[in-house]
Amino acid sequence: MANPREDPLVIAGEAFGSRLITGTGGAPSLAVLRDALTASGTELTTVAMRRVDPSAHGSVLDVLRDCGVRVLPNTAGCFTAGEAVLTAKLAREALGTSWVKLEVIADERTLLPDPIELVDAAEQLVADGFTVLPYTNDDPVLARRLEQVGCAAVMPLGSPIGSGLGIRNPHNIELIVEAAGVPVILDAGIGTASDAALAMELGCDAVLLATAVTRAQEPALMARAMRHAVAAGRLARLAGRIPRRRYAQASSPFEGRTGT
Amino acid sequence: MKIIVNGEPRELPTGATVADAVALVTAAPSGVAAALNDEVVGRSRWTATALADADRLEVLTAVQGG
Repeated sequence: MANPREDPLVIAGEAFGSRLITGTGGAPSLAVLRDALTASGTELTTVAMRRVDPSAHGSVLDVLRDCGVRVLPNTAGCFTAGEAVLTAKLAREALGTSWVKLEVIADERTLLPDPIELVDAAEQLVADGFTVLPYTNDDPVLARRLEQVGCAAVMPLGSPIGSGLGIRNPHNIELIVEAAGVPVILDAGIGTASDAALAMELGCDAVLLATAVTRAQEPALMARAMRHAVAAGRLARLAGRIPRRRYAQASSPFEGRTGT
Repeated sequence: MKIIVNGEPRELPTGATVADAVALVTAAPSGVAAALNDEVVGRSRWTATALADADRLEVLTAVQGG
């Protein structure tokens, strides 16, 4: 296994040993979340910003601090650039980080990004000094536009949030990877370990997932699976896979067979 | 005067500040941010920022998500 410190994920000049970024949504309890985060080996984890609940017990922030994980606030649930910008500013004030996972969704049924609002919000936040990591469609043109306005990474979806449908358009993900000058993080749609490995084999720099772990029957076990899948996919990408062939190619020599 | 705190109408005395309104919903010493009429008010300015009738205050924190 390669030492992750020799092959760090670098976003906006900051290095991470793990290429697995996790979300915290969907975990049945903070204790389960803690075990899953620990098993995942993640160093960067998303949280959402919501109105304070006076009856809430414990905080996800305590869990992240205990696990030594850096917090990445998101703008989940925002439908307009204005809402997303305000949420990002509140997150910066509350959590003391200018990093934001930018989400601007178009509707509740698909949770797909609204590209017009997304680019608008990204431009505003970059101008305000944020390090912007946008959740985007698997659209190479939109990814390029987001990079052009100054985003620190692009995070195309594999399939809709929470769907577990995997990577529906691997070709587009490859096109995004080929063209990108910033890290590409496969975000959303991962269902199981092979999906995460595929994302890395396609050349993504990291994978962001939540539901696949937090709603698995055994979250900590799936977190461990994802950790290995991301590492394995990365190594396979670096190693360079063999070309696909139409017919067989014997791996044992034909010469010297008995009876010849 | 009536202030809308996280969508709920609250009665506060004249001269009340953002800090007073935040205290109605949380005592957390950190990890909380407030926006007054859609403008973020930094924690260091809570006690110095007076509220006016019909102001809308949003008080947010981090929760599980994403």
